[in-house]
Amino acid sequence: MFEFLGITPQALYSQLLVGLINGSFYAVLSLGLAVIFGMLNIINFAHGAQYMMGAFIAWMGLTQLGGWLGDSTLQINYWAMLLIAPLLTAAIGIAIERTMLSRLYKLDHLYGLLLTFGLALIIEGLFRYFYGVSGQPYEIPEVLQGALNLGFMFLPKYRAWVIVASLSVCFATWYMIERTKLGSYLRAGTENPRLVQAFGINVPLMITLTYGFGVALAAFAGVLAAPIFTVSPLMGADLIIVVFAVVVIGGMGSILGSIVTGLGLGLIEGLTKVFYSEASAVVIFVIMVIVLLVRPAGLFGRER
Amino acid sequence: MVTHRAALGFAALLIAGLAAPQFGIYPTFLMKCWCFALFACAFNLLIGYAGLLSFGHAAFFGAAGYIAGHAIKVWGWSPECGLLAATAFAAALGWLFGSLAIRRAGIYFAMITLALAQMTYFAWIQLKFTGGEDGLQGVPRGEMFGMIDLTDNMNLYYVVFAIFLAGFFLIYRTVHSPFGQVLKSIRENEPRALSLGYDVARYKLLAFVLSAALSGLAGATKTLVFQLASLTDAHWHTSGEVVLMTLLGGLGTVFGPVVGAFVVIGLQNQLADKVGSWVQVIMGAIFVACVLAFRRGIVGELMALMHRIGLRRV
Repeated sequence: MFEFLGITPQALYSQLLVGLINGSFYAVLSLGLAVIFGMLNIINFAHGAQYMMGAFIAWMGLTQLGGWLGDSTLQINYWAMLLIAPLLTAAIGIAIERTMLSRLYKLDHLYGLLLTFGLALIIEGLFRYFYGVSGQPYEIPEVLQGALNLGFMFLPKYRAWVIVASLSVCFATWYMIERTKLGSYLRAGTENPRLVQAFGINVPLMITLTYGFGVALAAFAGVLAAPIFTVSPLMGADLIIVVFAVVVIGGMGSILGSIVTGLGLGLIEGLTKVFYSEASAVVIFVIMVIVLLVRPAGLFGRER
Repeated sequence: MVTHRAALGFAALLIAGLAAPQFGIYPTFLMKCWCFALFACAFNLLIGYAGLLSFGHAAFFGAAGYIAGHAIKVWGWSPECGLLAATAFAAALGWLFGSLAIRRAGIYFAMITLALAQMTYFAWIQLKFTGGEDGLQGVPRGEMFGMIDLTDNMNLYYVVFAIFLAGFFLIYRTVHSPFGQVLKSIRENEPRALSLGYDVARYKLLAFVLSAALSGLAGATKTLVFQLASLTDAHWHTSGEVVLMTLLGGLGTVFGPVVGAFVVIGLQNQLADKVGSWVQVIMGAIFVACVLAFRRGIVGELMALMHRIGLRRV
């Protein structure tokens, strides 16, 4: 069917799969940005650095921890890290929110961007100092090694897992925010924090936890990414700029919107790799330009 | 036209700039500082007076470097023509980016400029003439206006300083013109400026183009000094650096960005061979410290201090 374009179906499917994987990461990361933006009104520039931290914590737990504690058999495996790394990163994030970000809420929102940019530089610089810029390999957990034969293509188990896991997390987040009581507080807090506080809800605590949750999402994506991309201090920096473009395209008003936009743009990027690979690095930015021309508020956004 | 205090500042700047290389300060270092000082002043025009935070200004700085380098090295243009062409290119790019980015405000504006700059960064990697990772090397300095020999470091220094002064004075005049007043009113209260009948979008765009053009002039001059146009100048790190210089020196102050540029470049120079990648950590820490405790920047704090002392005397 695709032969006339000189493209084999295998190449197409495998690039679509890569696109879907990247799209899952875009979805989880832009979701985290949107959740944080909704409550704190800041763009978390450290999101990429926190994603990288998640991956690094997972890698440290598997390969470094034993050496540090003098017992080489001691290690924390991938599954435990899926929980521990986001929690640890969130704890650091909460400390940052309490000590620094919370001082900025009364100021122009741009200061939050500048502060988190500085934090991203610090985090990345520290990891670069200790671990260099070359990537560290992280082994795929045993259960997920190998591939499934779907008849028309081979699907590596781990990649399937990444898509399932990130979509589940996205869906759970959507459900929590749109369908539970806690989520309704959160949505109300986004609309009018003072009124919600007047009803006796602890808004500052809610803001802190929201930031922690957004950061945990980034770290979760980092752990998922560790076995696919090599773990390196620079893995988050370039990714986060693409995610910014994704956020501009989708608009941050809608949770479901961020998820759909992230996945869709990942797929489009994958398709571009098949048909015109030179443009694959910039296709998302080009789409951003088109969206800005046609619908400046973003596909799912609203002006505020 | 020029206030008493600003005139004093100008005189100090002029004397310092003219005398600095005579005191044995390495001229190449000084020239780098002046290039970045002009870059930071151009950036400050946007953030300090129009209230627009661009996170992609390295795009203009880097692009102009490539255009100037290519025009001078491959096409054999004279330095002044190369600088002009590069500035014009940066202005055109600024018009393009500006007309897209001003469709959104605040945080979105910052993200859009960052994304657009990243797009051009990828373009420079893929285009053949830029030399990819190696950059455009061995750009000849040539003769300015056919009579000033720029291979002489001292000649080049005074040319660079003159370019800085011209750009700096242009920005100063812009800020204190009626146009600058409108920009400030947009920064303070956009809906009101709009309701008074000002075409806010056009003012923002014009400020953006001017800022981009002068950033380009700074980038092209830097290419002339180092005889090299590289990817580093177009990378988002450079965009971050210019934000840091302006923030550290003082947002919306005339001399702040100059001070900030000298402090940041000086620090990088001093630290680079001693602490390696700690430089990035230190830059990040300065960012955090500025935002948390020191939002007026060095010059802003000094001015506030002078103001307090002045009040007490009265």
